[in-house]
Amino acid sequence: MTLSTKHLLGIKQLTKEDIELILSTASDFKDVLQRPVKKVPSLRDVTIVNLFYENSTRTRMSFELAEKRLSADTLNFAASSSSAAKGETLLDTVQNILSMKVDMIVMRHSASGAPHFLSKQIDAAIVNAGDGINEHPTQALLDAFSMLEKFGSLKGLKVAIIGDIMHSRVALSNIYLLKKMGAEVMVAGPPTLIPKYIKEALDVQVEYNVKNALMWCDVANVLRIQLERQNQPLFSSLREYNLAYGISQKLLDSIGKQITIMHPGPINRGVELDSDVADGNNSIILNQVENGVAVRMAVLYLLRPQNN
Amino acid sequence: MKTILSHHQVGISIKRMAHQILENHLQLKDTVLIGLQPRGIYLSDKIVAEMKAIIDPSLIVYGKLDITFYRDDIHKQLHSANKTDIPFSIEDKKVVLIDDVLWTGRTIRAALDALLDFGRPKKVELCVLIDRRFTREFPIQADYVGRTIDTFPNQKVMVYLNKKDKEESVELLEE
Repeated sequence: MTLSTKHLLGIKQLTKEDIELILSTASDFKDVLQRPVKKVPSLRDVTIVNLFYENSTRTRMSFELAEKRLSADTLNFAASSSSAAKGETLLDTVQNILSMKVDMIVMRHSASGAPHFLSKQIDAAIVNAGDGINEHPTQALLDAFSMLEKFGSLKGLKVAIIGDIMHSRVALSNIYLLKKMGAEVMVAGPPTLIPKYIKEALDVQVEYNVKNALMWCDVANVLRIQLERQNQPLFSSLREYNLAYGISQKLLDSIGKQITIMHPGPINRGVELDSDVADGNNSIILNQVENGVAVRMAVLYLLRPQNN
Repeated sequence: MKTILSHHQVGISIKRMAHQILENHLQLKDTVLIGLQPRGIYLSDKIVAEMKAIIDPSLIVYGKLDITFYRDDIHKQLHSANKTDIPFSIEDKKVVLIDDVLWTGRTIRAALDALLDFGRPKKVELCVLIDRRFTREFPIQADYVGRTIDTFPNQKVMVYLNKKDKEESVELLEE
């Protein structure tokens, strides 16, 4: 019962069995989190560094909590307050940290492929917490876990990923995972935010009309407009985006069917998602956050160093 | 292969252990039974079934404990976890842990750690179907024993109590 990989770089590198193992282990850890002592000694002998070259609230806190619940020792690194600002390279930084006997690296970086590059240079296990516009594997795993909780199976489930597909690592990881688990995937949003040839490359359906996407799906995973990654205007204004692609309760009511609403956070309320939808009965956004800790515990547990 | 307990003997031993526990814990007052995942459950299920024939079933408080995340060999090998199901408080309760085989004592050591994360029991006792004495690596002994046997470390004790097993029995295998 081990993963086929030493690092979690992306969902792309995982097998279906890997994903099932992570999700079933996460379910055991979710039970642990309901106990009076929400902690197990499994990673007592392991030190983990959280290497964040990009801002994060949820992911960093979720990883840190997962590490603490597993009794690991943790170190936090934020690029803005470190020697990276003095020009130290990623590899130098990591090798310096590892020389202090750190066993695992959780990393987020704005460059796609940064963890893949590191994995070729160092021995320690790497968990990708988001790399540029490539992948965010633990987010896809916790999304899958949350959908499984609600629907029991992913096979045949219709999932629409709506919004800024172009700049979203959540979208790519979700697409890889959902396809591997047998779900049907549609991406929807303005044509300028959906990569050309995504249909051919990833075998997903493409829809430019949000209402049509909502009518088709069981689950709508709504993504944030990533203004920080857009260096040219891709739609005219946030207000116009909201009018054409934002999801409101009125729009959902006009469809007349129950759609589960997900969002990886942070939400731009009133842009991609209106508040009454984000906080409504069909929203499982906070369940996603809760499940994030258990899923990350499972990933860290399954990738922990073995010395035999 | 040598048979340690036949189908008939397994039944008698389980019956006796159920009676012994009830003898020491009258009406199971302030007592809870906890089977250890994965294989201790087959034994604890049978002991609980025996008890139900003797006392009011509503007096039996029974849970299951998985110790995977508490194992001391986790840095050598990962094991798959099982469900823990303890939907009651163990605070100030007398706990009877139930497992199939007591060998090195390491599983019970981990179980005690896991148990303490659920509260502070008044007392913990141990019930096993087979006690492999002389092979202990921790100072841990059982309070209720089906059969005590002398074995070499290279021998394997197989307990067949699962519904899938055609006949209940305990066998000794030479490796």
